[in-house]
Amino acid sequence: MSTTRKFICTVALLAILLVAVPMPSPSTAQEVPNCGTEPITLNAYFETGFDLPFKLAEEFSKQYPNVTWDIKQDQFTNLINSTPRLLSGDNPPDLIRLPTMVSFAKQGLLKNLDEYAAAFGWNEWPVPQINQNRVAEDGTRGSGSLYAMGLNYSLTGIFYNKELAAQIGMTEPPKTLAEFDEVLARAKEAGLLPIMMWGSAKSGMGLAFPLQNLMAAYGPVEPINDWIFQKPGATIDTPTNLLAAQHLQRWIESGYFPPDINAIEYTDANARFVEGEGVFIFNGDWENARYDTKPGKFGFFLMPPLEAGGSPAAMSAPLTFGIAARAKHADCAAFFLNWVATDEAARQINVTVGGSNPGGPSGLPMPSVPPDSVTNETLAAGVVIGEAGTAMDFIANATSAIFAQGWTPELQKMVAGKQDAAGLLKAVQAEYERQLAE
Amino acid sequence: MVTMMMRSDDRSAAPAFSRWIALGRVIRRETLIGWLFVLPALTMYAVFVLLPFLLSVRYSFYRWDGIGPMTWVGLKNYRTVLEVPNLLETIYNAFRLVAYFSFIPVTLGLVVASVMYRVATGSFGAAARTVLFLPQVIPLVAAGIIWGWLLALPGLINEILRAVGLGSVTRAWLGDFDWALPSVGLIGIWVLLGFCTVLLWTGMTKLDPALYESARIDGAGWFTEFIKITVPLLRHEIGVCLTVTVTAALAAFDIVYVATAGGPGNATAVPGIQIYILAFTQQRIGLASALAVMLMVLVLVVILPIQRLSRETTL
Repeated sequence: MSTTRKFICTVALLAILLVAVPMPSPSTAQEVPNCGTEPITLNAYFETGFDLPFKLAEEFSKQYPNVTWDIKQDQFTNLINSTPRLLSGDNPPDLIRLPTMVSFAKQGLLKNLDEYAAAFGWNEWPVPQINQNRVAEDGTRGSGSLYAMGLNYSLTGIFYNKELAAQIGMTEPPKTLAEFDEVLARAKEAGLLPIMMWGSAKSGMGLAFPLQNLMAAYGPVEPINDWIFQKPGATIDTPTNLLAAQHLQRWIESGYFPPDINAIEYTDANARFVEGEGVFIFNGDWENARYDTKPGKFGFFLMPPLEAGGSPAAMSAPLTFGIAARAKHADCAAFFLNWVATDEAARQINVTVGGSNPGGPSGLPMPSVPPDSVTNETLAAGVVIGEAGTAMDFIANATSAIFAQGWTPELQKMVAGKQDAAGLLKAVQAEYERQLAE
Repeated sequence: MVTMMMRSDDRSAAPAFSRWIALGRVIRRETLIGWLFVLPALTMYAVFVLLPFLLSVRYSFYRWDGIGPMTWVGLKNYRTVLEVPNLLETIYNAFRLVAYFSFIPVTLGLVVASVMYRVATGSFGAAARTVLFLPQVIPLVAAGIIWGWLLALPGLINEILRAVGLGSVTRAWLGDFDWALPSVGLIGIWVLLGFCTVLLWTGMTKLDPALYESARIDGAGWFTEFIKITVPLLRHEIGVCLTVTVTAALAAFDIVYVATAGGPGNATAVPGIQIYILAFTQQRIGLASALAVMLMVLVLVVILPIQRLSRETTL
């Protein structure tokens, strides 16, 4: 009896092993990962409110009819909270919009993309595109193994209302910070709101945008990136950052931002700016589609450097997507990520719908856009940043909660006159160290 | 087993005893049926309340990111709650909210209910109660967004203030360090006043009118009646109102989250918001659980005396 059972068990086990372990064949080793020809359903999580991934998925299915999509969506803030459970759950996504990645990479929830990078040649793409998605073994970002890819690479800077700018005599974008200060002062004198910005805790404090731009105007970008990437010993409390924070404080005290900024949400600030309130707004090219609904009305320039002729810097981050470590169709998802950056139709959708640089190998031509569109200006600015090598990630992304627990409350205090420049940097650095100590 | 043996042995010898056993069996049967009726609810309660509660207590002694291995840290999480100033500040804010969510709605509810009881009988009273109760029916998230518009700098409340010549006090109410918490409190009053009013009014309708009549014969006015008869006799209802509203204030999350998300600065940060951020944004399940356990103890410390007071029979 027991020997028969043993025998059956052994046979069953062997059968399972034979089925489960694929036979290594010489042909698959050479082949680039792809979606095959069998019907596949990609399990994806996208961010609500952003059309781009949905449109790309649609086009992908047109070109590869064997691939269908099961797309679930959620708000970005909800994704921050649900991603760990989605990745570790029973039905891990093949493709997911990643709000942050370091902790998930460390917890082994994300697929290591190094093999795909080698197969598709991603390592030869311009460095800044890929490096933000690398996580080293010690948990620092910027180097190490690849854990995500960008669907595109957003760029931030200053959008302006051309009509209002003309009213205060600004005919071309300022070339230095001093010139920009002058324009802001003129706007204030003319009774206009110089800069529209948001600051409610519900959407997070928008003043982190001008602050980081000022930081990059006063000092080099490397220490800022080191801080965001959690390099050991990195600090945000540096002498040049102090000058930047003091500059921001002067802008606040001069009344350059809306008086009710602490209660304004992101969407309201944008709506008010598009309606004509505020000469400038610090924002990213993901809003291009909205600004381009009124062609010729809005322009864009990069934060001007401190000295004339200096190179401008900008926050530029990939629209990060990753693959769950236990995803069923990882090969197909990786193929999709490569397709997005290299296929002509995909790149065109990327620019038209997303408004951002589609990335990819440096030799590929940029998709066409209308010449009077804001998108045209942001794409051109992206080239400038790419050549200068002055792209930064966002200081709000340094840790998962540094925005909610550090920048937002401390900058709100600064607006209310309850915090000064030095105190702001010290408080945020202390919160950063507390969070990293965990 | 024991009863079975006794029954078979002593049935004829002691009929009284067997009747007692039979009665015992009926009671036991009833108890069993009673438990069977309670069982579905009890199972749900155990699975969705008791078990999570015990798990939270357990998590509070560990460092855990919600996914990986758990590390025993003893009381460290509790020490952290007491050491980090922002976390203690949230508890202070919660107590400030008690004034708005509890004392004002209960006091106002008593006054409104007694006015309704005296003057607004019939359909007018029913309409008034419905209007006051409506905030309980409207989804809070939608209400929060609308309150956000009303309290914004270009909002209706500031427009009214400007129209009556109070332009100097206009501000972004939810974005002002001094006024954000009272503004959130105002939303709380709006939500909870109807609940308190309806509950207290129902209590009043059960009071014996003869009490009021004799008081009036003795020459008591409205206020004396209110203080000497209405309030003491509604002790139980007031106790329920206080319990529900104080808990709503100390464990507040939804109203604050949709109105300010804890800002500006940490002016309206309450334990509920912090627990949410710690657990889900920062993946610090242990620390979040410790704060949650402390919040629960705090709620009990405040609620138990209220329960005791409202149950005492002597005045």
